Amino acid sequence: YPPLTTIPPPAKYGGRHTVTLIPGDGIGPELLTHVRELFRFCCVPVDFEIVSIDSKSTSDDDMNNAITAIRRNGVALKGNIETNHNLPPSHISRNNILRTSLDLYANVIHCQTLPGVRTRHRDVDIIIIRENTEGEYSSLEHENVPGVVECLKIITRKKSLRIAEYAFNAARQNGRRRVTAVHKANIMKLGDGLFLQCCKEVAAGYPEITFDSMIVDNTTMQLVSKPQQFDVMVMPNLYGSVISNVCAGLVGGPGLVPGANYGKDYAVFETATRNTGKSIANKNIANPTATLLASCLMLDHLRLHGYASMIRKAILATVSETRLHTADLGGQGTTSEVVQSVMREIESKGPRTSEQI
Amino acid sequence: MAGNAWRSTVSRVVGAMKSQASHPRTFSRGLQTVTLIPGDGIGPEISTAVMKIFEAAKAPIQWEERNVTAIKGPGGKWMIPTEAKDSMDKSKIGLKGPLKTPIAAGHPSMNLLLRKTFDLYANVRPCVSIEGYKTPYTDVDLVTIRENTEGEYSGIEHVIVDGVVQSIKLITEEASQRIAEYAFEYARNNQRASVTAVHKANIMRMSDGLFLRKCREVAENFKDIKFTEMYLDTVCLNMVQDPTQFDVLVMPNLYGDILSDLCAGLIGGLGVTPSGNIGANGVAIFESVHGTAPDIAGKDLANPTALLLSAVMMLRHMGLHGQAKKIETACFDTIRDKKVLTKDLGGNSKCSEFTGEICRRVQDME
Repeated sequence: YPPLTTIPPPAKYGGRHTVTLIPGDGIGPELLTHVRELFRFCCVPVDFEIVSIDSKSTSDDDMNNAITAIRRNGVALKGNIETNHNLPPSHISRNNILRTSLDLYANVIHCQTLPGVRTRHRDVDIIIIRENTEGEYSSLEHENVPGVVECLKIITRKKSLRIAEYAFNAARQNGRRRVTAVHKANIMKLGDGLFLQCCKEVAAGYPEITFDSMIVDNTTMQLVSKPQQFDVMVMPNLYGSVISNVCAGLVGGPGLVPGANYGKDYAVFETATRNTGKSIANKNIANPTATLLASCLMLDHLRLHGYASMIRKAILATVSETRLHTADLGGQGTTSEVVQSVMREIESKGPRTSEQI
Repeated sequence: MAGNAWRSTVSRVVGAMKSQASHPRTFSRGLQTVTLIPGDGIGPEISTAVMKIFEAAKAPIQWEERNVTAIKGPGGKWMIPTEAKDSMDKSKIGLKGPLKTPIAAGHPSMNLLLRKTFDLYANVRPCVSIEGYKTPYTDVDLVTIRENTEGEYSGIEHVIVDGVVQSIKLITEEASQRIAEYAFEYARNNQRASVTAVHKANIMRMSDGLFLRKCREVAENFKDIKFTEMYLDTVCLNMVQDPTQFDVLVMPNLYGDILSDLCAGLIGGLGVTPSGNIGANGVAIFESVHGTAPDIAGKDLANPTALLLSAVMMLRHMGLHGQAKKIETACFDTIRDKKVLTKDLGGNSKCSEFTGEICRRVQDME
């Protein structure tokens, strides 16, 4: 194969977009490099502004620069930033700070059974909409007396209405029939009770969509026995973490599912389960599918639908090839083999690659 | 056989619990009193089923039925009725059916109240695949140990201003230490190889950080047990892909609630999962963890397996291994045979028929 360091041709269809790229820790850097490689190969009119925030950056300045960069560009693609446990508790997770500063209130994950991936459950197709800025992730903790710690979970009417509105709107736009609110209002009567109440209020404005609710522990049980019953699910932050990881596991694991974080003004794309993958970093064995699909979500967001579908089709064709499966899918393929296969697939389908200009 | 692994696991669970009891009681002769709390919904009918089966097995148990619906005590504080408390304090052993927890009824969750009254700090749920009841997951063999008194279920919530609610998650050094110690001792007494602490200390730095720290400290005294830590989301992700990688899991309240139900789902649901609660003063309450199922209550459709298996755990706790084995074998054989099964197990027999079948098998073993 010819080297991929060719200079891309000038854009043919108008302007180029600038997107902030945050490599993060673990497998983030290598996978995002593959994304850049792929984009160059396909002549995607996107330029990346790389901002290096990782577990080694401890100063607030680095964080502020990253946030400013995303504000400037409006869109970001990121890897996960590890939280260093050796630092004192006042050091809040960088990923969390990004989400709250940019008010990326909706975390959207679409878990679908992919052809060619062997799982215990078939026909899973669930959209998870998770409140992304408050709830248990408010980072409000204090030690009242030594040995007694309080952690505050905050639920507000405003944010609950907002996420419920987002969920029902998304359901309507995607032609979905049912929204399920996941909660624990039998125990957290005021907190989750408020969340549930807000969902009910919003549901009244969408009569064509069925609304029901389910307690979180029952939900996980139902998910492992009959996940096909779920359509769209909306929930507060922590339950969102649990449910999205369970669903990602059901459809094949962390290497396959992309995730998106949407706010009113900004959007940040990453893998759904936000893993650093420290133990498999730099070994060319990580599954790039989730990251590549996340970049497609980003392209759709930028209204570059042609590129998005082209790349997505190629990724799905590659994933269905069992011999290319990486270790997480039970195979022995390497990351670069998967990426090369995606590129070959794109090349074979049309005249949009840099080699054929 | 229907899970020799299961049986040996259960006897091991009880082995650990026995070592926790502050006063070993001998039950070689005479009847042992057990406080029975039938509960709501299908509770009464499955309790009756268990009592019938125990009678058929001639188990030396004397049941003392008590109601635990909350009453307002002196000073306006909600508490369980005195008769119930006195009975439990005397017998030290309880068997409980499902209790209703209505949303916004004024009084706290009844299950929470029971836990607070008897300081039931550890909820132990062994999850082992049942032969004869197929699920997509095979070879599950893990135990979830959940801190049961604090964490997210402290019950402390307030409306700060209209539209802003704060729920408080409480983590204390003492409770974290206690549950960690229980988990490691359990692992040691039951020959389990590893204990995994489940947490979210990347987000809840101080609270889960404290929990994790105590687990690490306790692990130092149990060098023969492998100690690992894993984020809650990673555990969930891995659990649904490959549950065989997990052994003993210890965690704070909310995560324990979710994970123990997730694991119950892997082996077939709450209708077949036993559970035990360990208290601070040698009290142990065994319970079925499913709901009250109001839609099938009173219709003779309920499945008594969960309550029955919890009662079997209870028998082993009391040292009545022979009886326990008899009843458990009868139950598993019935399930494996698939001829008389309740609806949730895939058959269409009534609860009374299922119970009758187990009673017949138990009597045949005489």
